[in-house]
Amino acid sequence: MEFNLLINAIIAGLLLGGFYAAVTAGISISFGMLDIVNIAHPAFIILGSYIAYIVNVNLGIDPIIVSILVLPAFYFLGAIVYQVYYQAFEKRGQESLRGLAFFFGLLFVTEVSLILVFGVDYRYVEAAYIGPSIHIGLIDLPLRMLVPCLAALAMFTVLQLFVTRTFIGRAVMAVSQDQLALRLMAVDPIRIKRIAFGISIATAAVAGALLVVIQPVEPSVGREYIGRVFAICVLGGLGSMPGTLIAAMLLGVIESLTSTFYGPSWAPAVAFGFLLLTLAFRPAGLLGR
Amino acid sequence: MNTTTFSFIATAVGLIVLAFAHWLGIDYFFFAGYTILQFIVLATAWNILGGYCGYVNFGSAAFFGLGAYSSVFMHNFFPMPVPILIVIGAVVSGIVGFGMGYLTLRLRGAFFAIATLALAVVLQTLVVNWQYLGGARGAYILRPENIAIAGIQVTYIEYLFVLMLALAVIALTTARTIERSRLGFGFATIRDDEVAAEASGVPTLRVKLIATTLSGAFMGMAGAPFPYYIGYVQPSSAFGLEYAVNSIAMPMIGGTTSWIGPLVGAVLLGSAQQYATVTISSAVNLLIVGLMLVAFVIIAPNGLVGLVQEHLRGRRRP
Repeated sequence: MEFNLLINAIIAGLLLGGFYAAVTAGISISFGMLDIVNIAHPAFIILGSYIAYIVNVNLGIDPIIVSILVLPAFYFLGAIVYQVYYQAFEKRGQESLRGLAFFFGLLFVTEVSLILVFGVDYRYVEAAYIGPSIHIGLIDLPLRMLVPCLAALAMFTVLQLFVTRTFIGRAVMAVSQDQLALRLMAVDPIRIKRIAFGISIATAAVAGALLVVIQPVEPSVGREYIGRVFAICVLGGLGSMPGTLIAAMLLGVIESLTSTFYGPSWAPAVAFGFLLLTLAFRPAGLLGR
Repeated sequence: MNTTTFSFIATAVGLIVLAFAHWLGIDYFFFAGYTILQFIVLATAWNILGGYCGYVNFGSAAFFGLGAYSSVFMHNFFPMPVPILIVIGAVVSGIVGFGMGYLTLRLRGAFFAIATLALAVVLQTLVVNWQYLGGARGAYILRPENIAIAGIQVTYIEYLFVLMLALAVIALTTARTIERSRLGFGFATIRDDEVAAEASGVPTLRVKLIATTLSGAFMGMAGAPFPYYIGYVQPSSAFGLEYAVNSIAMPMIGGTTSWIGPLVGAVLLGSAQQYATVTISSAVNLLIVGLMLVAFVIIAPNGLVGLVQEHLRGRRRP
């Protein structure tokens, strides 16, 4: 029986990890590749959750489809945020103090605005795959977790292909390493960064929809994800997509084991311990260069 | 003006404020004044690390809550007078500040910021799971109605007000002393160019650790009397995000380069919030603080003090 519990905890952790990978993908781009410490990312994720929720409740459209429909809107939102960030901080070399404060302000303003509009009640969505689960022998696969995990992996694959196979994707990788070389190839680094930041915010729309499928959402849930996403991003080796995926799976399994054997109220502390240990012993990440 | 003169003047101003408040004798004035003074301490503490060294601490709420909960612990374990609790809160928060700094400050600055952001969530989780401290239900602290200071009977809220006033005077004096000392120049070199500072022989890690420890200790001091002030603490109020955002917004809006910025920011924003909480609602006033923070960092990077300085300089030039 104990073995059964262990196996299911690990499976649940892997499914959770897939979802964490989707949540972290945006941070891997903005923090890992562009060196923009976007601590407001979780707020954009919650915004995505609420949009999925509103459309789902009013029109009955599947939350994941909603998130794909709003991708362009999130992309433009991200591009605008980057433009403001660039003009106000990056250009003046003030990103370390005031840029961080700016993102912190965004995080806070988004959260408080959502509280003012929706209150602090938990919101949830309706979809056919929320509820049933597949049983294979000892293993339980709740569809509520399996579908987000698969969607996350699909998004992750697309992003990985984008950064490794397309010109703009490679330019994004290049902008983090050598801006001058990029300029010499007649590419505007600011434009590339704007595009990349837009994409990173666009992933938040999908991650938000997946989040609201997995668990009911209220405005301050985002804060619990700050520790998680940065822990995963750093352990994954800052901007390495495969590294991020492995780190996300690892954190998912550790959290799942903790909540199965010690109780779910301890789960938020796990990510932080994970982050501190990573920073103390392996700051270059698992697959770090 | 040297440090001794300044500390005399600061103490004198503190005594005048106290005499005025005592003469008014309105309990609400003590309640509101306590909150504003608490924000002066928090903002000054934040600025020692954020403004002088250029390292952002998002975990003010964590250090504040740590101070508050160390008082709750001592209240259950072995009740002691509040001034001693303030010292204990300072020690606990200072140690945590040192530990956080030691683990993350050797790396890039952003990691420290991220770690402090996560620290509040973790400490809150810890307290929620710790039944001795009241857990998620919260803890009641019964405080006496009156207390005698130096033979004079005063209400307990006035007593807390006096303590917080003293803390504010100490915090401001410390901040101003640091600004003009060798240590302060060390801080400034780190803020301006850390690599150059290291190369010129500034022991950057040690200097940064002094800053995180001091800053954490002052935040803990601000939090320690909180359970006695509020009478009932729960994790979500002691670790509330409003402490984190206010202690960043106040120095940023006031100006981060000198001790006067956090003071100006805390007095203005603190009184405005007291007013708005009574007349509008507390959620709306937090939204306003957040928006002001974003607006100030974009438009007026040197805060109100910076704006005034620019204005004066502009006038002097014909």
